[in-house]
Amino acid sequence: MTCSEMLGEAGDVRDCYAAVQQWVDETGIEGLHRRLSEAEAIFRRIGITFAVYGEGGDPERLIPFDLLPRIFTAAEWARLEAGIRQRAAALNAFLLDVYNRGEIIRAGIVPGDIVYQNKAYKPEMAGFTPPGKVYSHIVGIDIVRTGLDDFMVLEDNCRTPSGVSYMLENREIMTRMFPELFARHRVAPVDDYPSQLLRSLQEVGPPACKDVPRVVVLTPGSFNSAYYEHSYLADLMGVELVEPADLFVEDGLVFMKTTRGPRRVDVIYRRIDDDFIDPLAFRADSLLGVPGLFNAYRGGGVTLCSAPGAGIADDKAVYVYVPEMIRFYLGESAILQNVPTWQCSKPDDFAHVMAHLPELVVKEVHGSGGYGMLIGPKATSSEIEAYAARIRANPSEFIAQPTLDLSAAPTLGPVGLVQRHVDFRPFCLVGKEIRLVPGGLTRVALAEGSLVVNSSQGGGVKDTWVLR
Amino acid sequence: MLSRTAENLFWMARYMERAEATARLLTMGQRMTILPGATMRDEWRSVVQVTECEDVFGKDAIIREADIVEHLILNADNPASIRACLARARQNGKSVRTALTQEMWEALNEGWRKLETYGVNDARREFAEIIDWVKTRAMIFRGATESGQLRNEGHDFLRVGGALERAQMTLRLLDVKYYVLLPETEVVGGHRDHYQWTSVLHALSGSRAYHHVYGGSYTPAQITDFLMLNRQFPRSTLYCFDQMAYRLQRLASWHGQRTPANLRSEEMVETLAQANSGDIFRRGLHETVQNKIVQCNALGHEIAQAYHFG
Repeated sequence: MTCSEMLGEAGDVRDCYAAVQQWVDETGIEGLHRRLSEAEAIFRRIGITFAVYGEGGDPERLIPFDLLPRIFTAAEWARLEAGIRQRAAALNAFLLDVYNRGEIIRAGIVPGDIVYQNKAYKPEMAGFTPPGKVYSHIVGIDIVRTGLDDFMVLEDNCRTPSGVSYMLENREIMTRMFPELFARHRVAPVDDYPSQLLRSLQEVGPPACKDVPRVVVLTPGSFNSAYYEHSYLADLMGVELVEPADLFVEDGLVFMKTTRGPRRVDVIYRRIDDDFIDPLAFRADSLLGVPGLFNAYRGGGVTLCSAPGAGIADDKAVYVYVPEMIRFYLGESAILQNVPTWQCSKPDDFAHVMAHLPELVVKEVHGSGGYGMLIGPKATSSEIEAYAARIRANPSEFIAQPTLDLSAAPTLGPVGLVQRHVDFRPFCLVGKEIRLVPGGLTRVALAEGSLVVNSSQGGGVKDTWVLR
Repeated sequence: MLSRTAENLFWMARYMERAEATARLLTMGQRMTILPGATMRDEWRSVVQVTECEDVFGKDAIIREADIVEHLILNADNPASIRACLARARQNGKSVRTALTQEMWEALNEGWRKLETYGVNDARREFAEIIDWVKTRAMIFRGATESGQLRNEGHDFLRVGGALERAQMTLRLLDVKYYVLLPETEVVGGHRDHYQWTSVLHALSGSRAYHHVYGGSYTPAQITDFLMLNRQFPRSTLYCFDQMAYRLQRLASWHGQRTPANLRSEEMVETLAQANSGDIFRRGLHETVQNKIVQCNALGHEIAQAYHFG
């Protein structure tokens, strides 16, 4: 049975949701709908949109917002927080290891070929240690809940996880529109995320920087789907938002072009993929890159956040080994469990997956955004057939997991509250220390029964509360 | 400040100003077409000339109101259209979100897709509402800038762009309409010229202001004085030149360095401040206006060069 976020095992409203339930009763469904359209008007006016390519229609779409908050108790959060921090530390330790001595591979814990043969592994990074030994400065960990006490990590995002602007804006809108709701609760604030992010980035200044590092946010430009978030974060940190054409490299240092002439840049929070940051080091056909940027980085003239090649740690083939990484590097056992995963590259797992396709979720190892997945229980037999052929053709490109019964949270439907499946993405910051604001982004699958929460596929967002 | 940011602010202000100017011109055009003795073709032609997009309409074609509505309000591909100006201003703003206040952004973003939904017939029916809406957008934007933006160099880039665009619009209007202001046409033109002048003043929101300064009568010398040399009327050429020189001076002190743009803008102010409408007519109104337009263009280039625009 689906775990309900709001109802306890006996079907009663859990304490943490009691005041929200009361607020819903007082406001009424019609009242909530009215407030929802007000909220949407605010979102639209301030321009919190995301772009969807190739589908026509509105080029700048609003992400659907649900008024009902998703709530964690203090005790739940304490456990999540410990698990998230632990995972962020282990993933960074893994990156340092695989780009240097590779001890976890020599110890036979992680097979070498899934690391070194992986497209996400950047040989250019081998033997180089980034400032503070940090590779992934913002770790987004996607967590699902399958029971009141059962949390599992669905995947890790070590490159440039997006969505934190929704965490901040959702809260902003909720407090602006429903101050009375916050008066009834003690909700932990999240609004110092930008200053914590800035502090984390300033802590990883490059060797060439002797002063307080000058941080910039590097965006591909205003046509990028996450541009709003890039500008929003730059704004809240009070740093420049630069495009590649604003930067150039000279004598191993990076400069931005200003009205006063060139100005040094020390730390770049880049929201551009590895392949596109520097046409000299990676893809030569990249029009987005800054020529010479990677050399400046390796020479200690600038810090890139995240480090090129950090994606090897969030690869789905590597994911399976994260609990063992935690044991290997930290000597601890994992607080948050992985979802059981079959690797189609292994003959036994392959046989199991092929025999159980109608029950499983199968994912491409390098896929993201909820695309290219097979959700067995929702697929037709011909869809399963076609997918099976793809797996057979290239088993190592696929992993499979049981179809998880994600927890469901109360969500505003047309005529009343409905239960919709949710997941959760907290944003863990890594500088000299590890920081985590109490909250994150809750995504909700708005279609009845749907398990896909991605915004590109009909998912929406909710404010996430951590009670104190 | 990033050069790209400065450039975007400069152009954002120009496009907002241009959208508003086009809206004002359209009001003028419509007024003129309903004046006694007007031929539709002439009146809309002058509007098209001021917006510098005669090639969109063709040199000889008869320009009807529907064409004007289509190309100067709705056509996204004509850079002079209101829709294109608003979209570009918004795009400039979007690229420099961090240099705008929330209210400025909202002013740019609110209703930016409104004009997409109009067909030519709808837009003709709601002509006056659309024009008012555009002017209101521009005013809200200016208000948001005035009351919220940090008075840093970004503000000066924005203001110098706005002043430059506004000066050019007044100059182009004078350039297209100069013949009605020539003293010798007084005899020929009679009443109809009177209406033309009032329409020009009206387009620049200057008819009340004109009367406050010069009393009840219209004379070519006074109208020229008002639109070229008056230092209090915010759409006069000299007022805009003053603003440009002032903003460029502030930019020079922010950057600790004067540029050729400072020299030129100060010289532009000086020359105009020393002139009177008599001098201007003696030298030729058309030549004077042309000369100022050339100088404005040159100034635009010098600003771009001095601050490393892309």
